[in-house]
Amino acid sequence: MREPGADVKYNIKDDDIIKGASFLTDDKIANVINEVIKNETGAKLRAYVDTCVHCGLCSEACHFYLSHDNDPAYSPAGKVKQTMGEMLKKNGNVGVEAIQRMSEIASTECNVCKRCSMFCPFGIDIAYIMLVVRRICNKLGISPKYIQDTENSHAATMNQMWVKEDEWVDTLQWQEEEAQGEIPTVRIPLEKEGAEIMYSVIGPEPKFRAQLIYQAAVIHKAAGVDWTMPATPGWDNSDMAMYTGNNEIMGRVKKAHYEAAMRLKVKKIVMGECGHAFRSVYDMGNRWLGWKMPPIPMIHAIEFYADLIRDGKLKIKKKYEPPVTLHDPCNVVRGRGLHEKARYIVSQTCENFIEMTPNREHNYCCSAGGGVINCGPPYTKTRVEGNKVKAEQLFRTKTKGAKTIIAPCHNCHGGIEDIVEYNGLHMDIKFFGDILYEIIEKPE
Amino acid sequence: MHTIYNFVSGPLVWASFIIFIGGTIYKLFNMGFLVKKKDVAVYAYASPYFGFRSIFRWLVPFSTLNMRKRPLLTVVSFVFHICVLALPIFVLGHISLINESWNIRWPHLPDPVSDAMTIIVIASCIFFVVRRKVMPEVKFLTETSDYLILAMVAAPFITGTWAYNQFAGYKIATILHMLSGEILLAAIPFTRLSHMIFYPFTRGYMGSEFGAVRHVRDW
Ligand code: SF4
Ligand code: SF4
Ligand code: SF4
Repeated sequence: MREPGADVKYNIKDDDIIKGASFLTDDKIANVINEVIKNETGAKLRAYVDTCVHCGLCSEACHFYLSHDNDPAYSPAGKVKQTMGEMLKKNGNVGVEAIQRMSEIASTECNVCKRCSMFCPFGIDIAYIMLVVRRICNKLGISPKYIQDTENSHAATMNQMWVKEDEWVDTLQWQEEEAQGEIPTVRIPLEKEGAEIMYSVIGPEPKFRAQLIYQAAVIHKAAGVDWTMPATPGWDNSDMAMYTGNNEIMGRVKKAHYEAAMRLKVKKIVMGECGHAFRSVYDMGNRWLGWKMPPIPMIHAIEFYADLIRDGKLKIKKKYEPPVTLHDPCNVVRGRGLHEKARYIVSQTCENFIEMTPNREHNYCCSAGGGVINCGPPYTKTRVEGNKVKAEQLFRTKTKGAKTIIAPCHNCHGGIEDIVEYNGLHMDIKFFGDILYEIIEKPE
Repeated sequence: MHTIYNFVSGPLVWASFIIFIGGTIYKLFNMGFLVKKKDVAVYAYASPYFGFRSIFRWLVPFSTLNMRKRPLLTVVSFVFHICVLALPIFVLGHISLINESWNIRWPHLPDPVSDAMTIIVIASCIFFVVRRKVMPEVKFLTETSDYLILAMVAAPFITGTWAYNQFAGYKIATILHMLSGEILLAAIPFTRLSHMIFYPFTRGYMGSEFGAVRHVRDW
């Protein structure tokens, strides 16, 4: 167990953090830290730092803390102490080695999932503090390599995965053709002005999970939805710049997204099953751009599917049989309170539902979120071993009979997949879209 | 001795109240302006309904998940805070002093009750010290100032019983009692004791964000 102030041998695993640091001097670090703290933070940070009574009550909220046998270095306030706390105490003079470690702590040992804010009596927003630390590190050029690459992709292409404009359109047409092989009338309407909804997805969907777009097309067809997708940048609702702390790029990406919807004159945006993208469109990107709430109505797939089922637009042929459990993604549950709607979909579509505990707004994060999975292979172990409690939670649910985990969030999906595999849990992981696609009455 | 007594029981009382009230107002205004200058969105998102919902929820024992998880600490924290806040206002000694000076009074606590409450405060402070010493997650966060704050809180209560029970040296204890109480009061706005002032704001803001924007509970 680490003691405060004890010498810790840092073993930085990330190329960019190491290389970036070689361009840094102590002065440069202090300047950037003080600049960000002085110019960009204010009452919130002050109040949080001054009010924290060092009670440690937030510790048990954090899966990293629980998964490391209650090592206080992983507790939420412990992470603040080692990062922002040091920066403030030393007026920014923390030195090169320490700032590297701070980048790692803020970017890979915290999922900014806000569970701890529900445990702290004062409602201190640790996630916010961690994001300020990430922003400082980003400005210093020591964000972890893989997530930095996605940020660069956002900046250059307005999507996360370096998808070129023609590749995007090609992928949609390819998925349309595939789907038409099954149901000849299915369309993926591109650039349809005045459609009811614009459907947006995250960059990795066309790149790695293109079948999800196929499935969405079938579901929309079955429900008779009037929808469209933009053929231009702005189709991607994801946002890793939000998580590296490059708010300027976050703002540009969100602007492109909202503007695509406005150009298409749709009534609302429906976004696929992703948590962080929802957070960026609903909560963070809009704020950066000066919108209190998103400038155009926007709903997450959970809400969309729940409404379609409630309105009788989707007919269920036969409920999904294997017993399912539901992982509540932080960003749409702690971030939008969609847990009951998700349960409604489950009740309408699945035969057998087994709750995992804790659940709803108290669910443990998957440990992939907050951009941690996007920090790539150097940190796979950090997040998988840092979430032993999730494995135990899943295992308990499995012993009650659950076979399939529904995870309506891309990052959760990936994170849980890794946890399931690493711990040999042998459970299936599905999106709501997968389940619906399987069980609805399909059009001719 | 007499002059010290007069000084501590006269001008210093005034000074400490002025510092406490003035400091609190200063801190609040300062924070308010800072919010306006740097975090103006806070005003936009503040929701009275959800803010107060959260503030009150967190003032009711065992009404949040974390409180239920730690029953002992919950009981100690609540009882401790109630005693610390109520005792100075309702203890007979204080009321009689005020009555002598200004001829106003309000109901006081029976002596055995105030005795018990004093012991509770002192015992709770010891409990918190032990907690800081033995629980790794608290120890990790603890700074010297955290012990100092606990000592500052405990001091007026320790010297208070001492003086009241007229143990040896109680005359000095009386002076120390007043002095430590004054220090405590004056320190509230300027130390981590200001959590007393800022609680409604940090909690209320988190309640607003969770309730009004995210449509979810924050407890
Ligand atoms: S991972 Fe979640 S619970 Fe842990 S410190 Fe970060 S925001 Fe808090
Ligand atoms: S629970 Fe809140 S006040 Fe206590 S240590 Fe954690 S952040 Fe600080
Ligand atoms: S990936 Fe999922 S569980 Fe993890 S932070 Fe995002 S929404 Fe939360």
